[in-house]
Amino acid sequence: MRDYTTRALDVAQGKGASYADIRIVRRETQDISVKNGIVQTLSLDDDFGFGVRVIANGAWGFASSNRLTEEEIDRVAAQAVTIAKASALTKDRDVEIGPAEVHVDSYATPMEIDPFDISLEDKIDELMSADKEARSVTGLAMAQSTMGFLRETKTFASSEGSFIEQTLVESGLGITVHAVSEGEMQQRSYPNSFGRHQGTAGYEFIKKWDLPGHARGAAEEAVALLSAPQCPSKTTTLILDGPQLALQVHESCGHPIELDRVYGTEAAFAGTSFLTPEKLGNFRYGSEVVNLVADATTPTGLGTYGYDDEGVPAQRTDIVKNGEFVGYLTSRETASQLRKTHPEAPERSNGTMRADGWNRVPIVRMNNVSLLPGEPTLDELIADTDDGIYMLTNKSWSIDDKRLNFQFGTELAYEIKNGKLGQMVKNATYTGMTPQFWGGCDAVCNVGHWHVWGTPNCGKGQPMQTAHTGHGTAPARFRNVQIGIM
Amino acid sequence: MIGKGELKRLADTVLSAASADQTEVLVQGKDLALTRFAANSIHQNVSETDVSVRVRSIVGKRIGVASSNDVSDASLKTLVKKAETIASFQQENPEFTSLPEPLSIREMDAFSETTAQCSAETRARGVGEILEQSRANDLVASGAFSTGTQELMISNSLGVSAYHCGTMASAMTVIMSDDSSGYASSAAQDVNALDPAEIGRIAVDKAVRSANPTSIDPGEYTVILEEDAVATMMFFLGYLGFSALAVQEGRSFLSGHLGEKVAGDAITLWDDGFDPRGSVLPFDFEGVPKQKVMLLDRGVAVGAVYDSATASREPGKASTGHGLPAPNTMGPVPINLFMKPGDASKKEMIASTKRGIWVTRFHYVNPVHPVKTLLTGMTRDGTFLIEDGRITRPLKNLRFTQSILEAFSNVEMLSKDLQMIKMDFGNFVNCAPAAKINRFAFTGTTEF
Repeated sequence: MRDYTTRALDVAQGKGASYADIRIVRRETQDISVKNGIVQTLSLDDDFGFGVRVIANGAWGFASSNRLTEEEIDRVAAQAVTIAKASALTKDRDVEIGPAEVHVDSYATPMEIDPFDISLEDKIDELMSADKEARSVTGLAMAQSTMGFLRETKTFASSEGSFIEQTLVESGLGITVHAVSEGEMQQRSYPNSFGRHQGTAGYEFIKKWDLPGHARGAAEEAVALLSAPQCPSKTTTLILDGPQLALQVHESCGHPIELDRVYGTEAAFAGTSFLTPEKLGNFRYGSEVVNLVADATTPTGLGTYGYDDEGVPAQRTDIVKNGEFVGYLTSRETASQLRKTHPEAPERSNGTMRADGWNRVPIVRMNNVSLLPGEPTLDELIADTDDGIYMLTNKSWSIDDKRLNFQFGTELAYEIKNGKLGQMVKNATYTGMTPQFWGGCDAVCNVGHWHVWGTPNCGKGQPMQTAHTGHGTAPARFRNVQIGIM
Repeated sequence: MIGKGELKRLADTVLSAASADQTEVLVQGKDLALTRFAANSIHQNVSETDVSVRVRSIVGKRIGVASSNDVSDASLKTLVKKAETIASFQQENPEFTSLPEPLSIREMDAFSETTAQCSAETRARGVGEILEQSRANDLVASGAFSTGTQELMISNSLGVSAYHCGTMASAMTVIMSDDSSGYASSAAQDVNALDPAEIGRIAVDKAVRSANPTSIDPGEYTVILEEDAVATMMFFLGYLGFSALAVQEGRSFLSGHLGEKVAGDAITLWDDGFDPRGSVLPFDFEGVPKQKVMLLDRGVAVGAVYDSATASREPGKASTGHGLPAPNTMGPVPINLFMKPGDASKKEMIASTKRGIWVTRFHYVNPVHPVKTLLTGMTRDGTFLIEDGRITRPLKNLRFTQSILEAFSNVEMLSKDLQMIKMDFGNFVNCAPAAKINRFAFTGTTEF
């Protein structure tokens, strides 16, 4: 690989680039799905290519190709410089990326069992078992169970002298079941919705979450939901389970702390952020029990890696400390920009730039943005709640383009009366404004309930990029929340 | 651009190496570029060249799929063997009948040499026209200008051999002040049909007019939705309800209600991959020619779209040419939706409104209840109050929670012109009018 990377960097600099990097990326994916007893998907995909990113005339350029040959490297590296020079036609200042990052290293996802060593038959058998368990429940209309595996091998080299090789492995699984009646459809998912729960891990992850052991329970809940009453409409105390809270963190904390977004680079598509720079270190994001970190070293997290796609080491950053907003997700360019107004801010990027493959430019992405655990158990939290509602597993989500007004729906909910779970209700929704909502958080459950949930479908950027992000959460309680918007 | 000859050669290489009972090969070529700008400057400027090959092998009723973007002869032969090996591990799919037989496919011209050859410098100059207007008004512009060519070749061992090449150019911008924003966009096959200066002018006008917004209480209002907002509702209606798979599984509003009135008389909706007002695609990802499919006729539910798998479940049904690449668990989807226009102008819509809300576009829309077609989302980039037949003041953005079919039952006026709207997802392109709709439910507000 070194021959190719050296050639690309030499060509780019020879054409006038003041900075250049190249990423050579191979993604191998295996997808299996079983629906109502039939294998619907059995596919192996292999995607390979390289992308060259440069700064020339003080502006960015990027070009990519699926053909790794010397001739194509020359063409693409030169094209990236040409594009950068075109970008410079409209610039009002030169790009600055701060101090050099020079690392020669390698990283591989820690795992016990390589999922690509497990036979397809064994994987299909596991899914068929889950499917059979789910469909043994009378009244179920549809069961779909899936497994997915990813191996991404990538080489990063820069004109500053970095050369980093990484192999990231992900394993994921899930089952979704539907029950239908006239004008109604109810859904349950395990361990999480969005098709599957996923982590940077080997096949041990599949064994741990035991799909067949939970499929029947999910199916029974879906069928029961059909005859459950509608979620009431009122303002009350809300307890969220870990998976739903993970998406709440993702949408209302993870996105607004992306510093590129704060500076407007996503304004036309994903939007901007209410967490503007003057709020850094000077804004109450939530209550005293709210502590959030961005940590690319969290074991099994879907946002766990050795280096980001700018070659910056993975690290942990405080985001919200005892309710105060204290940190952003940064890139080399945005970290430099922040220092101009906040000289006390870190000089270097905290390593969150990731690209969705060889043909996309890296942008600031969440790694594992997590809510740190608190003290009570879930039983203690429910017992301490006189009147409220417990909502589980995301079904719908929406938030405004500054990440303030949100509305979520969940697959399942139970009323809480006098410290005990009451009747099941369907079509539960809740809505709020981000700082007020987190300001009403008065308890987070303990580490025994804390898991890193994976969000494998985070969209951002133009052309659209899909990122895999992780969020560690335990159930938490929120006061004075409006529920039941239909 | 790779060209029909080379894509056919790749497909033939796969088919000649295949030993399965049936084999399908899908070859996709793309040459895409996008110039992105923010804070009145270009900050991302990218290009991509790629060819990928996807093989579906059928052994008896066992199906295996493999794909790669290494298109060397040796790799393609390995790919075929991989797909066949996967199929051999499979269990039988009793529902599978056959890959599609060849049908006559109408060739459609959807290619613009100007778009295919558009340079980074040309895109940058187009962006410059938008930035010039933004800077002149002390505003901040962001957006994207993209051009590209996509090629599609589908062949199978039963004789299907279909090739299509199309270009698409699009430009969009959001122009902002400290407390306001305006949006405009345009998409066309030929990049010369785009007018970046006009896009900039519209967005600047909205950004200026939406400064100093005030709040309004949530509730039911008459709305005038611009084309982008209507296209978003059409997209979700297609995705949630008009797939034969959703109908067959009982999770569509159409399930058990075909032939019934589900929307107002004004609403006629269809899917047409041949209409040059939209994005032309004459066949689907199984090589089946697209049919024009009527979905809603004057508010009556009259159809759904099918692929081979869903058609085989219903006696006498044929695919309507709406299949997606294998393996496809989503089912067929309409990706070229059209709504029949009305006879009103936007000025007439405003003039006829006693009290209402003008919506430029929606943000982050998602289904709350798919069967009821209930959506939630936010307004953004230009929301205004209408009083006594004229726009009186800008509004802070609102959250809506509204059933699409209920809204389409309350349409009072549709505009006489359709606008092509390129959706943010895949190759979905919808042609939509603006709409005046009564009793539209807003359920929340935000701070800007």
